[in-house]
Amino acid sequence: MIPALFVFAYLGVVLYIGIFAFRRSAHREEAEDYFLANRSLGPYVFLLSLFGTNMTAFAILGSSGHAFNNGIVTFGLMASSSALIIPLSLFLIGTRVWALGKKYGFITPVQMFRDRWECSHIGTVIFVVQAAFLVPYIIIGVMGGGTALSAISGGRVPYWFGAALVAMVVMGYVFFGGMRGTAWVNTFQTSLFLCFGAIALIVIGAGMGGFHQSAEALLASPATAPLLTRERISPLFFFSYTFIPLSSIAFPHITIFCLTARKMNQFKKTVVLYPFCMLALWLPCVFLGVMANRATDVPKIQEKIEARRVLAVEGPKLTPDERDALREKMVGDDVLLLLLERYAPVWLAGLLGAGIMAAVMASDSQILALSTMFTEDVFAFYGGKKRFGEGAQVHTGRLFIILITIVAYAVALRAPQNIFDLAVQYAFSGYAALSPLLVAALFWKRSTKWGALATTVWAALSVGAVALFQYVVPAPAPGPPVVTWSIAGVEVLSRTPGGTAVFGLMPVVPMTIVSALLIVAVSLITARPSSPTLARYFSVVED
Amino acid sequence: MFGALYVLHQDFWFWRSANPLVFGFIPVGLFYHACYTIVVALVLWMLVRQAWPSELEERLGDEETGRGGDRRVAQSPSLPIASSGEGRAR
Repeated sequence: MIPALFVFAYLGVVLYIGIFAFRRSAHREEAEDYFLANRSLGPYVFLLSLFGTNMTAFAILGSSGHAFNNGIVTFGLMASSSALIIPLSLFLIGTRVWALGKKYGFITPVQMFRDRWECSHIGTVIFVVQAAFLVPYIIIGVMGGGTALSAISGGRVPYWFGAALVAMVVMGYVFFGGMRGTAWVNTFQTSLFLCFGAIALIVIGAGMGGFHQSAEALLASPATAPLLTRERISPLFFFSYTFIPLSSIAFPHITIFCLTARKMNQFKKTVVLYPFCMLALWLPCVFLGVMANRATDVPKIQEKIEARRVLAVEGPKLTPDERDALREKMVGDDVLLLLLERYAPVWLAGLLGAGIMAAVMASDSQILALSTMFTEDVFAFYGGKKRFGEGAQVHTGRLFIILITIVAYAVALRAPQNIFDLAVQYAFSGYAALSPLLVAALFWKRSTKWGALATTVWAALSVGAVALFQYVVPAPAPGPPVVTWSIAGVEVLSRTPGGTAVFGLMPVVPMTIVSALLIVAVSLITARPSSPTLARYFSVVED
Repeated sequence: MFGALYVLHQDFWFWRSANPLVFGFIPVGLFYHACYTIVVALVLWMLVRQAWPSELEERLGDEETGRGGDRRVAQSPSLPIASSGEGRAR
């Protein structure tokens, strides 16, 4: 129970930061102050908060869990590719979004799209699709809070209470502090979980008697040696995964966050230091996830290893339900918690548990972004601000935060988590498919609202199609995929143990490429925006 | 430069090899990607120094109040509720 007390103290601190931010606000009734912290964030708050906003619970718990079952490939797959693509997209796109936001007062990406492409309801369609992709994150954040608090307290804190507590705390500091509170809390949280990796590595390493023997032992066993290589993932899959980080800049909470910097120079430190932050967080988590395969004296870890073995050996003979049950059993998202429980002293496990909670509670930015988008893109756009004033707009935003938290909590209590895990998985691909919108809006004069609509509808339909396909065709046992459509011996569409493959690639690749082609093709056959609009945009972006 | 970095990320040459274990415990494939991440940071540092788009900020002139400039927002054309002419971009 002692680790849980540390977590409770931590929750109290973040709630206080949110309320403190509220007190510091001089313009509480102004939308720009509440939703964008008055565009006033300094370089380090901007870096740490942006990084923390990008890192969900997956960064700590999921990365070690993925590495536990798939090996070191997790780092190249998710960390080093993101270390290249995310800062580069901030450099190319984030700075331009910031400049336009500063000049024209945009608060959301949809405001920019509406203005850039001279559209209204098409902007609403983009809002709906963006919001639909974002909601699962908020639900999974509440679920993650409940699960983590329950695990950290050794089951003494029930899931429903843990989820309610985390939801209330997040709602509290977002409600009071708005973007300023969220950014400050994220800065505190990121500092905490960046330290977490190094401390966990040292403590667990000492507990395991050093990693030298563990690595040698893993290498010596035919069952675990592949975890130290990338054999378990195909090169095509590895290549495909580099499309996923394109989603980052297209996430509305990230695009909105780009508008909070005081000066454009704030991006400089973020662009350069972002890869180091990735390294500091992901390298220890991935490495410890792999090393957890040696902690067979921990009964729960042994059960996971056994479930993985049974699935690999007897998988083809089992029913889809039995395979799903084994997959659920071998999920390694709690291996880091189990290692800490086994090797760290109680007080340190408590501190590290707070670090884990910091990562789990990353849904704050998504909640605020959804509230910002609703109040700006729907409430204000359809006349609410004009009728009721800016103060009412901020109150609407706060009310929306309460409503979305209550809905997310109600859903989190009833729905199985794996549904939302999958939804989040699809959302990454969906946002990657939406990324051509930003590129076209900022860099291509000839792009049109109809091209934007085609891309948005395609992103929504393709995500739905992949979800439906995976629902209808059960996942096969580990091994070769189930080919459901081939032309002249070429595998077009396959169901793999981990998802779907199109020409052997992850669906995100064709989704993004078709999305880009659609915006080009449809724009070329439809009328471009008026010259005054283009002149305004491209006089900022280029001469 | 970034094309080369992208290609270097697809390091098929260490695909099936764990050896050598760097410092006795880090598989070479993982060590490679850790070094790769550092190299990416250095290249980004050069990019920021050599090609920073400062013209974007310069064009804003004195609009550094942190209040969204003069808030000439783009309330979008054809607002369903606003009266005609209002809300049109500028």
